[in-house]
Amino acid sequence: MSLADILARHKGREGPLLPILHDVQAEFGHVSEDAIRTIASDLNLTRAEVHGVVSFYHDYRSTPEPRPVIKLCRAEACQARGVEALVSAMTPNPAVKVETVYCLGLCSVGPAAMVGTGVYARLDSAKLEMLVKSL
Amino acid sequence: MKVRISDDALAIACGADAVAKAFTDAGSDVERVSSWGMHWLEPLVEINGIGFGPVTPADVADILAGGADTLCIGPIAAHPFIARQQRLTFARAGKTRPLDLDDYYATGGWQGLAKAREIGPSASIEALITSGLRGRGGAGFPAGIKWRTVAGAQSPQKYIVCNADEGDSGTFADRMVMEGDPYVLIEGMAIAGHAVGASKGYVYIRSEYPHAIAKMEAAVKACAHLIAPFDVEIRVGAGAYVCGEETSLLNSLEGKRGEVRAKPPLPALEGLFGKPTVVNNVLTLATVPWVLANGAEAYAAYGMGRSRGTMPIQIAGNVKYGGLFETAFGITLGELVNDIGGGSGSGRQVRCVQVGGPLGAYHPPSQFDTPFDYEAFTGVDGLIGHGGLVVFDETVDMASQARFAMEFCAAESCGKCTPCRLGSTRGTETLDRVLAGENVDANLALIEDLCDTMKFGSLCALGGFTPYPVLSAITHFREDFVVRNKA
Repeated sequence: MSLADILARHKGREGPLLPILHDVQAEFGHVSEDAIRTIASDLNLTRAEVHGVVSFYHDYRSTPEPRPVIKLCRAEACQARGVEALVSAMTPNPAVKVETVYCLGLCSVGPAAMVGTGVYARLDSAKLEMLVKSL
Repeated sequence: MKVRISDDALAIACGADAVAKAFTDAGSDVERVSSWGMHWLEPLVEINGIGFGPVTPADVADILAGGADTLCIGPIAAHPFIARQQRLTFARAGKTRPLDLDDYYATGGWQGLAKAREIGPSASIEALITSGLRGRGGAGFPAGIKWRTVAGAQSPQKYIVCNADEGDSGTFADRMVMEGDPYVLIEGMAIAGHAVGASKGYVYIRSEYPHAIAKMEAAVKACAHLIAPFDVEIRVGAGAYVCGEETSLLNSLEGKRGEVRAKPPLPALEGLFGKPTVVNNVLTLATVPWVLANGAEAYAAYGMGRSRGTMPIQIAGNVKYGGLFETAFGITLGELVNDIGGGSGSGRQVRCVQVGGPLGAYHPPSQFDTPFDYEAFTGVDGLIGHGGLVVFDETVDMASQARFAMEFCAAESCGKCTPCRLGSTRGTETLDRVLAGENVDANLALIEDLCDTMKFGSLCALGGFTPYPVLSAITHFREDFVVRNKA
């Protein structure tokens, strides 16, 4: 899908900017400076306004991330279940990007992680290493 | 043989899909249902009302052969964790296929909406006021009063916005409603729309909940004809915790930065796109059909004081029996943690419980006699928030937890107001000095002063409530701070 297709898809929608950015990110892996320019012109917003939105939300990237991303929950419930010990025991792996996320709603079975839309719970060091290796 | 396994994200994260596949491969008829909320037993398998859990694919042959005694918990409905609950909002949990309209109809679905259409908008609002239902997102504002304000506002366009940006650590009840009983939420929104004269509803779901988003998208399509002319649209957040604050959520829906708005004007009068808007949490809206169908008095008969009805309490963190426990207000914190939760999961002594998410206070065992009630928790300098409990054992370092509260606030602050934007960063730095043992007493005094500024000077609950975890840690667990003193 091209950027023009994405913009056409959301024509006439109320408050279309976030849905557009989600689609752009899903399609291209990031929201580029060029995309911001085109979106701004299409929605009759300034580039600064669109840039402000893109940079406000944790989900949007300005540059592509070539590595597989694992989102590891490090909020209180997973802390209580030992996620920090997992983090310090992790073998550094430059081929995988480990991101911190605050809460996946799996708070009774943490430590928990998400890869794409896949969810993983009751992680210990061995399971986490296996998950990272499988990416 | 019919085998019932949840397709809730938590069950899947614990391996439910592989277990379901193993049963299918063995020739069983597998039915994917909602979760009972007994999370330590997931993946939980139900055969003729009898439960087995936690099940792995390796156990399947044994279960089918009539064995697996060690995994068997007997009849699920009679299990103490379930039998002790009063499930109104979660009446269908574990019992229905989430997207099956026949299941929903057969279990009393759409009766609340039918009733609302029969008695009309003003009687529906009166019923909600009489029920005493308060906003379950955390603020605890009477839902009926909010609806009445929106109903009374003059505007050709009004909105119902469902806040499904459940970002608090230790909470998952909204997720369970959306994944397990999506139609009840949509029915609640349709009732709200009918009551206040709104034709359009939005559900703003956090992006960390892909399973809930998929279920809600499918549910909205499947039942569109039943709620017409009311129309519901799903919107997805983008990873900002602060968007759980209602005005920030409205800005996000409008396609702006999720910055908090000053109030007034109230969203009830000038909300989404400046139009009168009901903003309610998932649990609030999902409880509305029960209130309409069963009567306001029946709902108000549960609870204590000004906290009427039931609360879906989420027991999480380092706890033996974690999961969803819905019960009337009034149960004590100690009962929840020790009797129902079974104490810590590690087997060590429970040191504290954080109630109400990252902005909630840390409560020591000496406060375990506090009844679960909005006012009672305010009375012990805490809050019940969205009803999440995070249990910690004695290995926890409370000075680090206090620092984390400030760090979290700094990471998630929208930047609109100074006490939150700067206070959280200065707070983190000051607590770093405490952790390093520098002038502990003086720095703690500084923190207490800073917390006072944040509490009274912040625009919203993010900066305003971050002092709860910080100050409660200092007040109840001062030993963890002073022990570092080098002086």
